[in-house]
Order: sequence, then structure tokens, then C-alpha cells
Amino acid sequence: MATFTLQVFRGDATGGGFKDYRVDAEDGMVVLDLVHRIQATQAPDLACRWNCKAGKCGSCSAEVNGKPQLMCMTRMNLFEPGSTISIAPLRTFPIIRDLVTDVSYNYEKAKSVPPLRLRPPDADGKYRMWQEDIDRIQEFHNCIECFLCQDVCHVIRDHDEKKKAFAGPRLFIKIAGLDMHPLDNRDRRAFVKDSAGIGLCNITKCCTEVCPEHIHITDNGIIPMKERMADEFFDPVVWLLRKFRGQKATRTA
Amino acid sequence: MATAEYETHEHDVLIIGAGGAGLRAAIEAAAQGVSVGLVCKSLLGKAHTVMAEGGIAAALGNVWPEDTWQVHFRDTMRGGKMLNNWRMAQLHAQEAPDRVLELERWGALFDRTKDGLILQRDFGGHRYARLAHVGDRTGLEMIRTLQYHAIHQGIDVYMECKIERLIKDGDRVAGAFGYWRNTGKFVLFKAKAVVIATGGIGKAWKFTSNSWEYTGDGHSLALWAGADLIDMEFVQFHPTGMVWPPSVRGILVTEGVRGDGGTLKNSKGERFMFKYIPEFFRSETADTEAEADRWYEDKKNNRRTPDLLPRDEVARAINSELKAGRGSPHGGVFLDINTRRPADYVRKRLPSMYHQFKELADVDITREPMEVGPTCHYVMGGVRVDADTTAGTVKGLFAAGESAGGMHGSNRLGGNSLSDLLVFGRRAGLYAALYAKDFGGQLTVSSAEVESLARESLEPFSRSGGENPYAVQAALQDVMQNLVGLIRNQTELQDALVKIEGLKERANKVRVEGGRAYNPGWHTALDLRSLLTVAECSARAALERRESRGGHTREDYPQLDPEWAKVNVVLRLKNGSITGSREPLPQMPDDLRKLFEDRQ
Ligand SMILES: Cc1cc2nc3c(=O)[nH]c(=O)nc-3n(C[C@H](O)[C@H](O)[C@H](O)COP(=O)(O)OP(=O)(O)OC[C@H]3O[C@@H](n4cnc5c(N)ncnc54)[C@H](O)[C@@H]3O)c2cc1C
Ligand code: SF4
Ligand code: SF4
Ligand code: FES
Repeated sequence: MATFTLQVFRGDATGGGFKDYRVDAEDGMVVLDLVHRIQATQAPDLACRWNCKAGKCGSCSAEVNGKPQLMCMTRMNLFEPGSTISIAPLRTFPIIRDLVTDVSYNYEKAKSVPPLRLRPPDADGKYRMWQEDIDRIQEFHNCIECFLCQDVCHVIRDHDEKKKAFAGPRLFIKIAGLDMHPLDNRDRRAFVKDSAGIGLCNITKCCTEVCPEHIHITDNGIIPMKERMADEFFDPVVWLLRKFRGQKATRTA
Repeated sequence: MATAEYETHEHDVLIIGAGGAGLRAAIEAAAQGVSVGLVCKSLLGKAHTVMAEGGIAAALGNVWPEDTWQVHFRDTMRGGKMLNNWRMAQLHAQEAPDRVLELERWGALFDRTKDGLILQRDFGGHRYARLAHVGDRTGLEMIRTLQYHAIHQGIDVYMECKIERLIKDGDRVAGAFGYWRNTGKFVLFKAKAVVIATGGIGKAWKFTSNSWEYTGDGHSLALWAGADLIDMEFVQFHPTGMVWPPSVRGILVTEGVRGDGGTLKNSKGERFMFKYIPEFFRSETADTEAEADRWYEDKKNNRRTPDLLPRDEVARAINSELKAGRGSPHGGVFLDINTRRPADYVRKRLPSMYHQFKELADVDITREPMEVGPTCHYVMGGVRVDADTTAGTVKGLFAAGESAGGMHGSNRLGGNSLSDLLVFGRRAGLYAALYAKDFGGQLTVSSAEVESLARESLEPFSRSGGENPYAVQAALQDVMQNLVGLIRNQTELQDALVKIEGLKERANKVRVEGGRAYNPGWHTALDLRSLLTVAECSARAALERRESRGGHTREDYPQLDPEWAKVNVVLRLKNGSITGSREPLPQMPDDLRKLFEDRQ
């Protein structure tokens, strides 16, 4: 067992500051366990979000010692026993209270993404897809919507006004997943360029670095999408070929 | 009084809960052209459904063409030890394949067979490999698909809003009252029909795979509004939860580990499940290790491994091994997949289990066994519903998903929940919308009643003295863990009921600090009411049923009793107290009954 000092941000939109709590940590504990311990013993009204406690729901995002991460997957044995650890809410989103922020920006942006438009089925009425064709998209589907990538992206982190014109890395991989979906036949090119603002991304890869699901957001999602935009935006034939022959062109003949 | 102020919203159909059941209900209700409100305690997409791992059971027949709805139906009924509502089990088995294919058309990407169809995996109690899945993160795929489909259907979503009470007009449900977590402000929803889709009750136990949300709110809302609950004695303890480190004790280890080749062993290295094959499943279970091993490769000529018996059987077996002193160092048993399967197979099929053990327990499951033990996981009991329409016993009330009872009988098979959510979520949305359309009358809600609920909710702020709500919650979890656990008896159940009464007193006196905005202490204080209600329901029903069946094991009545096979324990509120009665189970028609005779 070791004792830590947790400096937790307490406050709301009107102001606030860090408050120190001394907490014991037992074997195997994570940051979220200590936050719960503070709630149960010292500050029952300390606000934080959580659900699964196993890195699956993406609720417990916070900035621990300045680094955006999931509190439930951050083990206390990463820190020097007796040390001081700061826990702050995600900075990019407006604060509600303590560690809870208003993440509605992400939900609003999600609504603007043009959804899947289903292509017709195979001749026997079934839809077939091949594992190799969906591996990449399944990687994107691992997203737990923790919004850590959105939090670090400098395009919006320090520029609130850009939120209007920028969907952010979470939604770039959502769009990429739809675009590469073998059953989809919708054209999202204008949306990606004009509304999602992919041009604002300058591939700093900060998003990829913080993703707790280790999704290759930039290399597998954003960069190929930028390339497709460059190739296809001015050449609809290239777009059509990719959409309708798809990745499995070699097999369907 | 200013503090009792509230805002009002009006919908034809109000759905409480945005997990798989609630989202599917909302999509269907919206498709009927009515106005739909969808409320959830957490953010959208964070409901329990997101955590489901192993898969969705549906007799698609992609891996085993022999699989049909009849086989699935039979497995489900036998898994529930025949106490299931047969009609629910039938509809479920018949409709699950269409619901899964529909998810695919909405964008879900399940793992594939070699011919490009949906791959299916083995799970406990299912005769054939039947679970459509995405590695071990099927729930994530399911909830995201439903969520991203739903946001384009014109549904009004109220996130981080908690419903405290249903509101009635005479004998009909007329809406619901709750508060916004963010601000603590009150809100009234007027609605012609209300669908309960709030999930389970597992937070009443200490070691549980369930999150803070599982305080049995929907069960309690229905009961308080005069509806019947059934089968509340049946609580599923999943055989494989993590046991170490202490802070993660209870977190789930998917049955998919065993489905994909994992074996249970005790401290002597014995595959102990062979000692615990019950008569009921003997004819279909391998009785030698050699046969069990062959079954993984050749399912036609061998019987299935006892590692994949239904969950109640496996949980009891583990419990017996622990009692006999053959447990692992941290008080579990070993679950070993690394000896049968190569590392890359494990990482590909079970990525989140690999990650979970590596990150949280410093265990590399591709090289060493896991330590696992029973954890509270799922409640079979719930709101008593009509099988076809999901209507509860109060007008205007519907229920689906984990909060509805009947479908799983005394024990749920793995994978049958996600399919249940889709099948009955859709039916709930459909029939609630039809009910709302048919209902021509006016509903009136008494503002005095709403204001009094609001004032009651604020009481904990003005109490002096009194204890921290977390202390009461922890005390209840201890009571349920120790006295209403996997193995029960009369003395302990009676003791539990006495202790629950005492805790109710304490809960009435808890005090909260701080303001109304996002105050978890206050939220916990309010959740105690439903948590204590479902704890009492569960203990009461368990005391009533004097036999052992599925998720209810009585050491003082260790046998299945044919008389008890004919009744459900029904709970309802009478003069403010919860009372239990035995009521006859719906009778299965002869053509279905035959399915059980043919294949014994
Ligand atoms: C770790 C884990 C793994 C699992 N794996 C599988 C599996 O592989 N296969 C399978 O079939 N099943 C599995 N299950 C079971 C299955 O996931 C659940 O039974 C199922 O998801 C429940 O769905 P639901 O829609 O009924 O409720 P949930 O998904 O839990 O949703 C409940 C909703 O109700 C809301 N709510 C609750 N109370 C209130 C209130 N008072 N006011 C407003 N909103 C409220 C919540 O916010 C939430 O949105 C698993 C369960 C767990 C915990
Ligand atoms: S790579 Fe692009 S999206 Fe990702 S953080 Fe950098 S600018 Fe933002
Ligand atoms: S892409 Fe990764 S970091 Fe971004 S929201 Fe999804 S899981 Fe979180
Ligand atoms: S609590 Fe679910 S990701 Fe941390």
C-alpha cells in the first residue's frame, strides 16, 4: 500500500481550482479507484463519469498529470509512491463540474455525418463481405467514444471557433469507416471537405498517440482519406470505381 | 416553492433506457410515426450493452446449417430449466436471425465465415456455434450501430437524465418524473406510453460485473406504479469474473474464452467440470477429456465439453471447488486458453480480454492462465410482460431487455440477452407506438404530485446528522453478497430481509453535501430507494421458492421440485409492502412440447 496526494480540479464554469486529497492505494488500483475512494470518504459530491471500469465505455476520460487518458486504465503503480498526481477535466470541452465536461459537441457533429446508404444485396438476397475487406474498418469500430483524441487535437483545443467547421479525429475515422464500408454507396466527398473540415488537420498525430484503443487514426484513417479526396474530388470516375467495384474487385468477377 | 420547479416535455412514447433494448424500441416507435423521447442516465452509447463481449445468439445456420429456431428454442428453455415464458422463448428464437441481419444492414460488421457470411461461435448451453460476434466486443458494435442509426430517426434524446418515478392518471401510466444530472433541475415527461428498458440490478451485490447504473430503477419504477414483477429470485452469477487484483474483482471474463477453447482447472491442475455434470445435461455432455477435446474439432461425433454447461452449473461447480480448498492463489480457479490455442489466435479472437488482463492484472493470457470466480452478472427476473406485445400489467406500461422478466426462465444462456434486446426492444417500440396511437383520450398529470416528488428528492440536502449514502450502499452490497448470493438458505434470507429493513431506515436519513449540479453523492442517495427495493424483491422471492433451479440454489432445498416447475413467484405492492404469490406458468402447446420429447 502507498499513499498519494491527488490534486483534483474542483469547480465549474464560474471558476475553481485544484484541491489536495491524501488517498491510500492498494495493489492493482487505478486512478479511478482513488477518485471513488475520495467520493466515498472525503468529498461525496466530487463529480466524475464512469461506467465499465474496464476501458470499454469511454466515460472516465480526464487529464492525469496533464496527459489525456482513461482513469480506469491508469494503474497507480505507474507513479512514484507518495507522489502528487493532478487530475483535471478535458480542457477542450466546456466544464460542467469538477471532472465532468460538456461533450455535446461530439454528439452534434456525429449527427451531421451522412449515414450508411445500403447497396443492393447479392442475387440471392444476402449480403456478403470478406474478412480482409473489413479488418481495417473493424479497427475504426473499436472506438469507445472517449473523446480523448478530440481533446488533444490542437485544431479545436485552443480554437473554439473552429469547432463549427471541424469534425475532429473521432469523426474522421467514423466517416472513413462508412466510406470504406463494403455495403455503402453514398458519396460523402463534399461533406468531408466542406463540413468536416479535413483540410484543417495537418497530421500532427497527437490524436493517435492518446487513443486508448490504439486505433491508427492518422495512418489508417485520416491520411488515406486525404489521399482519396485529392484523387477523387476532381475525378468522379475514380470515386465510382472504388465505391462500386470496392476493395474486393478481384473476387466478385 | 422555487426548488420544486420543473420543466415539461411531451411525447407519445417515452422510452427509459438507451441500451440495446431502449434504442431498438425507439427506432421502431419512430418508424410508426409517433413522437419518441429516449432518456438515459449516462451519455448515449455508454449503457451496459456497450460492455457485452461474447456475441448475439441467433440461429442463422451459417456455420451449422442444422441449426434452426426450434433448436435454439429448445436450448433456451432447457438452459432456463423450463421456467421460461415459452412464447417469449419462441418469438426470440424465431426473430433473432432477422434482427441480427437488420443490424448488419444498418452497418454492423460481424466477423465473417469463409463464404462471406456472419461467423458464429460456441457458447455455453447452445447446441451449435450460434453467436454472431465481433471478436469479444460485440456489444460495442451493437450499441454503436443502433446509436448511429437512431440519431437520424427524429428521436429526442435526453442524456444524463434520471427518471425517479412514473406518473399515473388513474389506472394508466401518464409519464415520468426525473432530474437532469448536470444541473439537478427537475423534469416531467408526459407520455401516453412508457417503455422500461433500464437494464439490471447487479449493483446490489459487492462483486459484480455491473456498473453504477444497475440499481434496478426500472424494476422499481414499475413495481411502485402497481405492476407485477416475476422471477426475481433468479440472479445469474457468471462463473468467470476476475478475482485479482481486488479493485477489479468481479469484472467479466467472457464465456467466449471457453467457447474458443479455454478450460477450467483447479489448483491440482484437474479439469474439474467433469465431476459436476448434472443428470439433466448428461446425455449431451462429454464425460471424458478425450471426447471433450475432440469436440472442438468435430462437433458431429462428439458431445460438448462440460466447461460449456450453462452458467449456473459452472458457477456452482467453481464454488464447490473453492469450498473444498482447491482454489487458485487469489481465491478463484484457473481458466486456461494458452495451452490449447496459439498466441495470435487468442489476440485476434479475444483482444479485449487480452488487453484487460495485461493492463489491469499484469497477466499475459497468451502465456499463463487467468484466475476467475463467480460474479453477479444478470437478473433473469423483471417486469411481467405479455409475450407478444411486451405490455406490463399496468395500462400504458411496456418493458423490454434485462428489465423484463420471463424470457430466460431461471437461467439465461450467454448471447441470449443481446438477441432478447433486439427482438423485444423492437416489439416494445412497435406496440407502445400502436397503443399511443389508439389512445384518444386526454391524460392529466397532477402538478401537486410532481411538486411533492420534487420536494421529496431534495430532502437529503436539508437533513442534519445522518450518514454518507455511500456507506449505506456498501452495507447493502455486503448483505446481498453474504446472504443472498450464489447459495442460499432460509435463515440467511430471513436475516437479509431484516437487515434490509434496517438499511431502509438508514437510507431515509442519509445526508448529502454540496449543490444540485452533478452531485454523485445526491444521485447515490436517490438511487438507494430503488436499490433497496430490488434487493428486497430478490431476497423475498428467494425465500418463497423452496427448491433449487437455475440461478437460485437453496442448500436447504437442493433439488429441482416438479411442483415448483409450474409456478412463477410474482411480486407486487400491497398497501405499500412487497408481497409474493405463486402463479401458474403459461402452458406450452403440444407441438412445441414435442421438441423436448424427441431428442432426449
Ligand atoms: C460485461 C458484460 C458482458 C456481457 N456480455 C454479453 C454477451 O456477450 N452476450 C449477451 O447476450 N449478453 C451479454 N451481457 C448482458 C447484456 O449486455 C445486458 O443484459 C444487456 O446489454 C442489457 O441491455 P438493456 O438494453 O436491457 O440495458 P442497458 O444496456 O443496461 O441499458 C440500460 C439503460 O437504461 C438507462 N437507465 C437505467 N435507469 C435509468 C433511470 N432511472 N432513468 C433513466 N435512464 C435509466 C441507462 O442509462 C441505460 O441507458 C453482458 C453483460 C455484461 C455486464
Ligand atoms: S492528426 Fe489531425 S486530427 Fe489528429 S490531432 Fe493532429 S490535427 Fe488533429
Ligand atoms: S478514436 Fe480513440 S481516442 Fe478517439 S474517441 Fe475513439 S477510442 Fe477515444
Ligand atoms: S469507466 Fe469505462 S472506460 Fe473507464
